[in-house]
Amino acid sequence: MRKVSAFNLVSLAVGIAFLYVPIVVLVIYSFNASRLVAVWGGWSLHWYAVLVNDAALIDAASISIRLALLSASAATVLGTLAALALVRFGRFRGRLLFAAMIYAPLVMPEVITGLSLLLLFVAVAADRGFWTVAVAHTTMAMCFVTVIVQSRLADFDRSLEEAAMDLGASPLKTFFAVTLPLILPAVIAGWMLAFALSLDDLVIASFTTGPGATTLPIRIYSEVRLGVKPEMNAVCSIMIAVVAVAVTTASLFGKLTTARGRPGRVQT
Amino acid sequence: MANLRNGSFLQKLVVRVPFIWLLAFFLLPFVIVLKISLSQTAIARPPYTPVLDLTAGWHGVTAFFAGLSFDNYALIGSDPLYVLSYLKSVEIAAFATLMLLVVGYPVAYAIARTSPRWQAVLVLLVILPFWTSLLIRVYAWMNILQRDGLLNDVLMALSLVKTPPAWLATDTAIYIGIVYSYLPFMVLPLYATLEKLDQSLLEAAADLGCPRWKAFWLVTLPLSSSGVIAGVLLCFIPIVGEFVIPDLLGGSRAPMIGQTIWVEFFGNQDWPAASAVAVVLVCLLVTPIVIYQHQAMRAAERD
Repeated sequence: MRKVSAFNLVSLAVGIAFLYVPIVVLVIYSFNASRLVAVWGGWSLHWYAVLVNDAALIDAASISIRLALLSASAATVLGTLAALALVRFGRFRGRLLFAAMIYAPLVMPEVITGLSLLLLFVAVAADRGFWTVAVAHTTMAMCFVTVIVQSRLADFDRSLEEAAMDLGASPLKTFFAVTLPLILPAVIAGWMLAFALSLDDLVIASFTTGPGATTLPIRIYSEVRLGVKPEMNAVCSIMIAVVAVAVTTASLFGKLTTARGRPGRVQT
Repeated sequence: MANLRNGSFLQKLVVRVPFIWLLAFFLLPFVIVLKISLSQTAIARPPYTPVLDLTAGWHGVTAFFAGLSFDNYALIGSDPLYVLSYLKSVEIAAFATLMLLVVGYPVAYAIARTSPRWQAVLVLLVILPFWTSLLIRVYAWMNILQRDGLLNDVLMALSLVKTPPAWLATDTAIYIGIVYSYLPFMVLPLYATLEKLDQSLLEAAADLGCPRWKAFWLVTLPLSSSGVIAGVLLCFIPIVGEFVIPDLLGGSRAPMIGQTIWVEFFGNQDWPAASAVAVVLVCLLVTPIVIYQHQAMRAAERD
């Protein structure tokens, strides 16, 4: 039996508090009636009502959501294919380069990814806007999908696939009937992560966007650069609530936990 | 892949589609950045010269190569603004990563000590903030750190300070923001290795009369080194190029390199200089990135 010492408990409490206090403070202040952000003026939903009439903000939110849906889906398809290539097809020509291109974007500073993609779009004279951001987000997110799906693929019992094929199933049918259902939790987790990354991104979108495609983070950034604004507290609180509900629901179904760390690996 | 022989066409497709995508949207853009870093600014569209003009045939190609120069790199080397910006980024990334290790290790260690059910809950609690936007999390700190914000309220109430100090636009604010935002990236890899640690080794050390701190130093820490390396790289590399955190919490007096690229690009419209700064940054990060890739590939193969 493992012992949890007082020191362990204190570290946990301090660590978790550190992670959550700022978020809780933000949400509480979003209900502040006062125009002055730092002065508490009683509870109010005023700033949420202000948001409903902010057409530019709602427009930005709708662009961001469409962008995230599209790029997450594209990234999931590409990322899953890349994971299959890495785990299932062993040594192929250019594997080292391929693997390098999967792992490097995970740590590449966003400023560089954004700048380089913009220069590509300029070089090929592509009209910058919704579609260029979608391509950029797909590229950035697919590598995260690959890593998540890859660990799941490496885990499962290959003989299931072999059995299906011995029984005459085509590779394509084997994939959809056996492989995909088994890796589905990881694929879904990958999609959610890609969605969150796209919805989150400020830097890459700022570089690759064009007129008429202002995403929600770009809009929020331009508002908060010069200081705290009560409406922005409300927007951020709504986004936090959406994420909290989505992630908690998903993890209750065990999807995220199975994809991130594998159950059954826990020792007692 | 004997039993996939029939699917060789499919197999090629599975490899080639993501491969070509990455070549086109990850590798090719870098080649273009490299090329533009050797160009000159121009008041034109696109705002740099030379532009490769293939319609001019061989003459166009030679004119293109003759027009390339290393002027932008000479500028970076000679202008203290750039040099200081690089140094500041590396300094902040190094200290912040060290702080993350000091803060993250006890948390990861404590999570690994709890029962499996609690581990799942605690890991989720650590991951959850990471799913919300970085921009929002940094903005949350703007609320707390402003002059009449919560932190100063608390400090004043406890009579720790007489006049409220300014937190925003200081390096302290940058450190707080970075440690806060990157904590999950440090805790998760550390937890993953600590959780696998064989407890009987520690019991053996204790049975042989080894004090707890010494057992930690001689057994736990060395065995968790792969997690430490992964966490350090996963934090250090992106922090060097961080833009949002220093821009919102730090001042603009001594910018980090990500801010410098941003300003060159959006403010000064100097695309060649921004590209050259980016190329030097990648060169600076190449060693840690290669170590990270090596680690990631080994971890993927071990799984």
